[in-house]
Amino acid sequence: MLKCRTVWRTLAPLARTSSTVCRQNARRAGLNNGRLPACVPAAHMSTAPAGGGRENQLYVLLVGATCVGGAIYAYRTVKGDSQRYQDRIDEISSRPLKTFTEEPATPTQSEPPAAPSPAEPSPPAPDAEILAPIETADLPSVWIASTADEPAVEASPQEAAEPAAALIVEEEPPAAEPAEARPGVVAEADEPVIEASPEEAAEPPVVEPEPSPPSEPTPAELTEPVADSESPAAESAAAAKPAEPQLEAVTESGDASPASHKVSSHTPYLLIGGGTASFAAARSIRARDPGARVLIVTDELVPPYMRPPLSKELWFSDDPSVTETLRFKQWNGKERSIYFQPPSFYINAEELGSAENGGVAVLTGKKVVHMDVRGNKIKLDDDTEISYDKCLIATGGVPRNLQVIERAGEEVMKRTTLFRKVEDFKSLDKVSRNVKSITIIGGGFLGSELACALGRRSTESDLEVIQMYPEKGNMGKVLPEYLSNWTTEKVKKEGVKIISEALVKSVVSKDDKLEIQLKDGRLVKTDHIVAAVGLEPNVDLAKSAGLEVDSDFGGFRVNAELQARSNIWVAGDAACFYDIRLGRRRVEHHDHAVVSGRLAGENMTGANKPYWHQSMFWSDLGPDVGYEAIGIVDSSLPTVGVFAKATAKDTPKAATEESGTGIRSESETEHTASSPVASSAPSPTGVQHKDEYGKGVIFYLRDKVVVGIILWNVFNRMPIARKIIKDGEEHADLNEVAKLFNIHDD
Amino acid sequence: MSSVREEGKDRIIFVTKEDHASPSSAELVEEDPNDPYEERGLILPSGEINWNCPCLGGMASGPCGTEFKDAFSCFHYSKEEVKGSDCLENFRAMQECMQRYPELYPQEDEKEQQQQQSSETKPTSQDSAETSENGWWRWLLSFYKTPASLWPTAP
Repeated sequence: MLKCRTVWRTLAPLARTSSTVCRQNARRAGLNNGRLPACVPAAHMSTAPAGGGRENQLYVLLVGATCVGGAIYAYRTVKGDSQRYQDRIDEISSRPLKTFTEEPATPTQSEPPAAPSPAEPSPPAPDAEILAPIETADLPSVWIASTADEPAVEASPQEAAEPAAALIVEEEPPAAEPAEARPGVVAEADEPVIEASPEEAAEPPVVEPEPSPPSEPTPAELTEPVADSESPAAESAAAAKPAEPQLEAVTESGDASPASHKVSSHTPYLLIGGGTASFAAARSIRARDPGARVLIVTDELVPPYMRPPLSKELWFSDDPSVTETLRFKQWNGKERSIYFQPPSFYINAEELGSAENGGVAVLTGKKVVHMDVRGNKIKLDDDTEISYDKCLIATGGVPRNLQVIERAGEEVMKRTTLFRKVEDFKSLDKVSRNVKSITIIGGGFLGSELACALGRRSTESDLEVIQMYPEKGNMGKVLPEYLSNWTTEKVKKEGVKIISEALVKSVVSKDDKLEIQLKDGRLVKTDHIVAAVGLEPNVDLAKSAGLEVDSDFGGFRVNAELQARSNIWVAGDAACFYDIRLGRRRVEHHDHAVVSGRLAGENMTGANKPYWHQSMFWSDLGPDVGYEAIGIVDSSLPTVGVFAKATAKDTPKAATEESGTGIRSESETEHTASSPVASSAPSPTGVQHKDEYGKGVIFYLRDKVVVGIILWNVFNRMPIARKIIKDGEEHADLNEVAKLFNIHDD
Repeated sequence: MSSVREEGKDRIIFVTKEDHASPSSAELVEEDPNDPYEERGLILPSGEINWNCPCLGGMASGPCGTEFKDAFSCFHYSKEEVKGSDCLENFRAMQECMQRYPELYPQEDEKEQQQQQSSETKPTSQDSAETSENGWWRWLLSFYKTPASLWPTAP
């Protein structure tokens, strides 16, 4: 307005003078014959036009109109600027998803922009120009949004049509709010996507009991609204999706995907790895998400099984066919298989999509070689691609080997066992029956357990069992020295020849035997070596997935809720997680795999819980020595041990008989409320006086706080230990704390 | 009397039964019954069933998981005098499903009965159904008879 005025002020005199001059000239030229135009200037002084006002008015109108038009244009440009900026940003961010959908998008794109333009009234002309770019920018992202839906054959063709209609509708109302149009349009476009399919929930945490085949809670992200309800395809993909890259493996819809070359399949829950953590997660997911479809992909050839019996119970079995049946008799007489569930529990991977109530499918013998986090899909070693909504990485690890053995050549490697899997158990069992001497390198859990197991066997055959390690005693890195020494004596009693403080310098194959040269000069001749020197967590997928690997502990780095990225969790041996109480750690125990697998499964179904329930572990070294432990149990920490004298009743055997279960961790988690098995403790054969460390409790301290507890030959007290660690309190007198355990009672 | 020994950084205490006879003076932090992080037993504080309770084993997650959940839910919320008497249909469906997977759902009562009976006479399917159903009733009821404090929960 002001501009107008100033412009008018400057222009008006000019207009007037020019008009005056024109008239003057005209009159002078044509009409006047010598008469002077004396009266003219005076008459035209004021702004209000007088006689010659009509022309003045015309000029006023003309100039006025130009000013107004210019002002409106300027106003719109400035307003539209922020709009265009937003469009540009959105366009850039939606680019990665444009891969398949550019082409189908463009032909249909031309329609909607064409539609509004004739529909729109002509003023204001600039609006159409501004809106058109908005639309074209909108469309790709909206199209991508709906086409990025993995289980392709969603109700999306209908939805795709709807957003287009929505767009057109949106554009109609005068773009007096172009700023609003963009988010409004996208939101609206999203609504049809979400609303059209009644089975989809907008919020991830909502778990819906679905009557129809499963639908997953979908994260309502703008660029990737992953719709997933697996309605049996068969929707004729409208012109909207000729290039549908993802197809339901089960629903063989004829809508082939010309754009992508492979037929890919989809699963809502993908678990990479087929071990304990994976199985626990599968169980958790199935319990919490009714009708869930879970796919486990493992490179092993067998379904999920538990590992502890491979180095313990299976060796004590009387059954000669144990390597085939893999069944073991627990101390209480109950027999079970190492497999968590028999094969009938699982459904076929091909049937997963169509199973009415969902299920768990195991794809054996397949290795995941590539993980595309952006595209939410993985690739197998046979080039199959599988897309997922939520993924768990539970790849565990591979046994470490000694460098000297790796460099020693084929002959030595042939006679070395790295013990972890079922096939390792089978082969070692065979070896142990055919050779004269086995050497176990490593003094930790696995090494000591195998040594005891083989040592037991050595009493029946004339097998020589040697165990060597760099520490001073068995479990040297776990138990305080006095206890480690005591344990070593027990292991020796099991028939094992112990060589402690042994560092292997070289291994050579000579005359069909292996010669192990130690750094201090000792020479050990043996037939077969078992290397139990640790586990290397399997982080092969870290590179392709772009996931962080922890440099201190190894493994994938995840947060307290076991999450690595959105929709990706890691559990079990491979997870380096943040323990709220004890700090960042990585745990390689069976119960931890169960607990973390279960937690990951809960979080994959929206629980958002951190690692809180502390896992425990246990070890038995023969029938006399058994302990349960929890927390950080590191022999480098200061410890306080409170011991009582042991009676014959305090043995692992009696403990399991009493609780009625076989696996120790089971005794506290899976013990049902059925009547407990009557305790059949044998009558005490007399108190052993020599045994100073018969039974007791050992506290591990860090900055005066108890961070770890070992229950030494004291059983079924784990809940108390867990409570003490959870509290994280400083206790002045640990003897008082030890009283809570009633170590003298049964 | 208790004796104490120090071995470097490790302290060893030997105690007799009498030493530990007096109650402990150690203070434990009070439990919060509504702690959202805690592992729960079979019944959540809200009264709902915790299907992920380890005590259920694989019952809620197996092939018959849906039928099991239906039956157990019906039983749990049943207000009849004989609890669950209005849920017979659900239990029958569950029973049928479980019979399709004998490997997964071994009927233990049935086994015992079979062993007791002569090995020649095979129990009719009706017999086995009844036995197993009774077994299920008993198993479920056991959760309710047992006081909550004895259910497998974290401390």
